[in-house]
Amino acid sequence: MSEGEGAHFYREGALDTSHKAILYLEGLNVSFDGFKAINDLNLYIDAGELRCIIGPNGAGKTTMMDIITGKTKPDSGKAFFGQTIDLLKLSEPEIANAGIGRKFQKPTVFESHSVAENLELAMKGDKRVWFSLRAKLTAEQKNLMEETLQTIGLTEHYHKQAGALSHGQKQWLEIGMLLVQKPYLLLVDEPVAGMTHQEMDRTAELLKSLAGKHSVVVVEHDMEFVRSIAHKVTVLHQGSVLAEGSMDEVQQNPRVVEVYLGE
Amino acid sequence: MFISQILKNDRGGQIMLAVLAAVLIVVPLLNLAVADTNPLHVPTYLVTLMGKYLTYALLAVAVDLVWGYLGILSLGHGAFFALGGYAMGMYLMRQIGDRGVYGNPDLPDFMVFLNWKELPWFWQGFDMFWFAMLMVLFVPGLLAFIFGWLAFRSRVTGVYLSIMTQAMTYALMWAFLRNEMGFGGNNGLTDFKDILGFSLQSDYTRIALFIASGLALGLAYLLCRFIINSKLGRITVAIRDAESRTHFVGYKVENYKVWIFTVSAMLAGVAGALYVPQVGIINPSEFSPLNSIEIVIWVAMGGRATLYGAVLGAILVNYAKTVFTGLMPESWLFMLGALFVLVTLYLPRGLAGVWVSLKTSFGRKRGVAA
Repeated sequence: MSEGEGAHFYREGALDTSHKAILYLEGLNVSFDGFKAINDLNLYIDAGELRCIIGPNGAGKTTMMDIITGKTKPDSGKAFFGQTIDLLKLSEPEIANAGIGRKFQKPTVFESHSVAENLELAMKGDKRVWFSLRAKLTAEQKNLMEETLQTIGLTEHYHKQAGALSHGQKQWLEIGMLLVQKPYLLLVDEPVAGMTHQEMDRTAELLKSLAGKHSVVVVEHDMEFVRSIAHKVTVLHQGSVLAEGSMDEVQQNPRVVEVYLGE
Repeated sequence: MFISQILKNDRGGQIMLAVLAAVLIVVPLLNLAVADTNPLHVPTYLVTLMGKYLTYALLAVAVDLVWGYLGILSLGHGAFFALGGYAMGMYLMRQIGDRGVYGNPDLPDFMVFLNWKELPWFWQGFDMFWFAMLMVLFVPGLLAFIFGWLAFRSRVTGVYLSIMTQAMTYALMWAFLRNEMGFGGNNGLTDFKDILGFSLQSDYTRIALFIASGLALGLAYLLCRFIINSKLGRITVAIRDAESRTHFVGYKVENYKVWIFTVSAMLAGVAGALYVPQVGIINPSEFSPLNSIEIVIWVAMGGRATLYGAVLGAILVNYAKTVFTGLMPESWLFMLGALFVLVTLYLPRGLAGVWVSLKTSFGRKRGVAA
């Protein structure tokens, strides 16, 4: 932490969502070797909202997530977390610590660790080397772990090796790993790919239960699933927003129909 | 109490340390208290040979820490071992005093031979044991820190990193071969007389060095196990299994890598420092890339990410090496190669892996019976 204690306080205390929005993306542009992955993208997410983002392949969904989490730096534009935190100035771990958690498309849990250990590793706290040599779970952290295990429905599997979980369970564990970091904003990339119908229903319940306490952004291809969870849907196309609104509005939008049928 | 806490759930480690403790007690007794004529007598050269194996085992534990748990295949750990060895060698050279061939009380023989007039600055202080021991830790640690800081911050991983570590030890070998470097060039440092005032030829000194090697191995084992059992260890394994995920969870992966790599290098340095007085020489061939590769083979044979497997592998392979280089010197490298291929194909988890699978299948049978 080169900025010292003051910066820490600022990040902890001052996620400023007084103007309703928690995430501001304005005028973003990214190109890879001349290909414009993101083209003048403007997107606002409200605090506590559950937003779904859909769009054909190559629409820039993943690149957008990469910008928010600091993996990719845009050529131009602004990305703010709340009113005050400039995401473009922070590194990946700093963004994670500021309160943005991302769930990747492919479930990547720590396979050789137990479910509980996975949550322990993901937990918020001092992440410096010397500290972790002596770190023990506090009572508060244990409570948080139990709570989270309950939320994601893996309480009875807490001792199981993560590698031995089913595909759906791994996805939930990964969401749990985000939750223990107490994020303000959750980015969830294709949560139901490869899931059974039952697992999908449970995932929908889980995500809906998270909204309100957290802001959740879900990128998803499965239209049925999107319809079952989202109040508001954003359609991306060629790196910018094509349409925004309820699922019904969006599906009747002629430009959206054109893009999807033309694919 | 503390030890039993560390070794909880580590059956292999418990057995290994128990055997080690027994060997450290029994071997000196068989050397000192049993007459030469008795077949149970352990001659001193054998004690020293075993001491050498123990330093190799310590080196293997250091490599297992970075390779087995952190997933960094270091092909340059021989360099840290050799640097620790040189630091000890410099102390031993200064202990010779005026008993060298040229009888110069201030300069080691090779410097007199090179017509140097005074001791170079980097030899200052090595007449003090505590300073030399500090350097045994500091020099390999500093090199590992700088190397790791540069490599891990630029996110060099996998085979590229392995090649860089190999290049590092190779470059050091050529550097130490130069006479102007001031480390005895091709011949290295040798003709040692005393350590802490005790003659290196004496049986007692040799036994003390043997015991020191065993204690160092035991302590290093406990230290590594302590690290692995801590949250730091779980993060280390997480980095091995899913590095970018660990990064996203908020850990500065490069700091963890540098830390573990540096600790491992320091352990390798200690191994080198204990090795040198027992073999009586340190020269640039210890930096040879082949040496570093051999260490990796010991660990692979014994079984990665078990720690006790590394100890087992180092001792067994080196015992085999001693036996076969005695019987058929030319064939050893072929045998080592064949061994490595066979282990990779049929025992991917090494000898420790065999033990683990035997244990689980036995446990299962017992479970069925009950």
